[in-house]
Amino acid sequence: MTEPLLSIRELRVEFPTRRGILTAVDGVSFDIAPGEVLGVVGESGAGKSLTGAAIIGLLDPPGRIAGGEVLLKGQRIDNLPPEGLRRIRGKRIGMVFQDPLTSLNPLFRIGEQLIETIQLHTGMNAAQARDRAIALLVDVGIPAAERRIDAYPYQFSGGMRQRVVLALALAADPELIIADEPTTALDVSVQAQIIALMKRLCREHNVAIMLITHDMGVIAETADRVAVMYAGRIAEIGPVRDVIGRAHHPYTQGLMGSIPTLTATAERLTQIPGSMPRLTDIPTGCAFNPRCPHVFDRCRVERPELLPAERTLAACWLYAADRRATA
Amino acid sequence: MIAHLLRSLLQGILVILAVGLIAFSMFRFVGDPIASLAGQESTDADRAELTERLGLNDPFPVQFGRFLAHAASGDFGISYRQARPVADLLAERLPATLELAVLSALFAFVVGIALGVYAAINRRGVIANGVMVLSLIGVSLPTFLIGIGLIYLFAVELRWLPSFGRGDVVHIGWWTTGLLTDTGRKSLVLPVLTLGFFQLTLIMRLVRAEMLETMRTDYVRFARARGIPERRIQFRHALRNTMVPVVTIVGLQLGSVIAFAIVTETVFQWPGLGALFVNAVQFVDIPVMAAYLMFVAFVFAAVNFLTDFVYLLIDPRLRH
Repeated sequence: MTEPLLSIRELRVEFPTRRGILTAVDGVSFDIAPGEVLGVVGESGAGKSLTGAAIIGLLDPPGRIAGGEVLLKGQRIDNLPPEGLRRIRGKRIGMVFQDPLTSLNPLFRIGEQLIETIQLHTGMNAAQARDRAIALLVDVGIPAAERRIDAYPYQFSGGMRQRVVLALALAADPELIIADEPTTALDVSVQAQIIALMKRLCREHNVAIMLITHDMGVIAETADRVAVMYAGRIAEIGPVRDVIGRAHHPYTQGLMGSIPTLTATAERLTQIPGSMPRLTDIPTGCAFNPRCPHVFDRCRVERPELLPAERTLAACWLYAADRRATA
Repeated sequence: MIAHLLRSLLQGILVILAVGLIAFSMFRFVGDPIASLAGQESTDADRAELTERLGLNDPFPVQFGRFLAHAASGDFGISYRQARPVADLLAERLPATLELAVLSALFAFVVGIALGVYAAINRRGVIANGVMVLSLIGVSLPTFLIGIGLIYLFAVELRWLPSFGRGDVVHIGWWTTGLLTDTGRKSLVLPVLTLGFFQLTLIMRLVRAEMLETMRTDYVRFARARGIPERRIQFRHALRNTMVPVVTIVGLQLGSVIAFAIVTETVFQWPGLGALFVNAVQFVDIPVMAAYLMFVAFVFAAVNFLTDFVYLLIDPRLRH
């Protein structure tokens, strides 16, 4: 296997609060290969956005990385000084946020924001940067880009603004884009356009994408591999077809069962009983054990590491070597 | 955009008309102008003749229209007390007040924004918090107390600066300025500080709050994600957004600084419009009071119009 573009090792993100330290991301590890789309799914509060923010050093204080490593092409970036991280942001790792309506500064023309970013990272002169900005806008599918470049954000629709945001993320030809819920705030028809656009950009620019979302449909459509997060840890990770088609972790199975489909005729959707624990009272052992239909003694005392289960890795004692032997 | 400015202009004119009505009513309801003008030995015939000559027998709308027409051409009548045209009195006093007010506003605006931005950026810093505590004093202490305190410290104890008057002034046409002489400049310091201090603290606290708010927005976060340096985010991306609400308040405050320099002018015996007005009130000099009211209304309307104009410069969303 080629060297991973991004490698996360045992990442821990903590929030010191008055009532003690909350661990929001706890020992998360994964790799992203060059040009690969890794989907990260999970419910609100599972730690997926924080993982993304931690990678590029944009955790809001008092949140902080308390352990682990983030490696970009084998080079550690989590311990860089702020200025070093800033040089990586936008240049080597781009980011796209959820709400395109608020991601752009309302008082500046989109061209000004694009040219600013391009000049900052490439050292082009103003005319070159403007040409590149127009080319980027064409690339993300903004019609009449030469004219629209001088428009203000409020003159664009939500979908068009997300295209501009993508152009901004691509401004300096990054190797990785962290997309945090990029389609959540958009209409379904526009979502499909943005997903198709991201797939095409990923292919043409050979940029890897870490796609954070809670929408399984988006993941199925876009991702090569998917990581399912639960209560700050990865529950299951593997190729997208296997995780969606043959899930192994009981949480993933529950998650898949609770997705409504247009074709299925099931009378009712299955649902996972209970809800994800708060950060203040994560159960000992497997964090999912109070809700798990297959729970047994070991789950309540010992926390499972990622274990091989067919083609995926699942953090579940059902797949421990000794149990598999007996099963 | 044009419609927006026209609406703003129309509002200003309505305000001036409304204040004009109030100013005009003073002539009719506060005292009897004939009694003040004619003197005690006048006969009934004299009075009747004077009433007719001044047009006081005309219907109310006619008199009001005449008042407005005269006011528009700068004719506010004759001062009861000084027996000189009110317009001349105002013109004499205007430079002193404008110089004081504009310098105070400039001082409050520049220092207020600088301190506000500083306090927002270094939110947890010792100096920033010290400044915030001091600003509480500025917001809560009455202006005259600050003036008296400054006089005590710098004029009485230290003897660095004069405590009253404008010092020597230079005449440039009908304008007089204290900026060109040493004593004039020294005399300006304490009144300017006094008048500007409250506005300064207000602007500073507002800028700080707005800036903190802006620094939490998504587009600032996205600017960080694009790798824009922090200083550039603060001064280019955030500050401009901060200015939108700040301009509103600053506009209103600028109006009140020019219009209500009365207290400061009284404390420092500053020969400006405020002092003129206070004297006029003591002697029930109604033409002067009416003219001053109209002046204040005009200043507020003009500043309001300017504020709307600055809005358009800052925020592209309003231009359509």
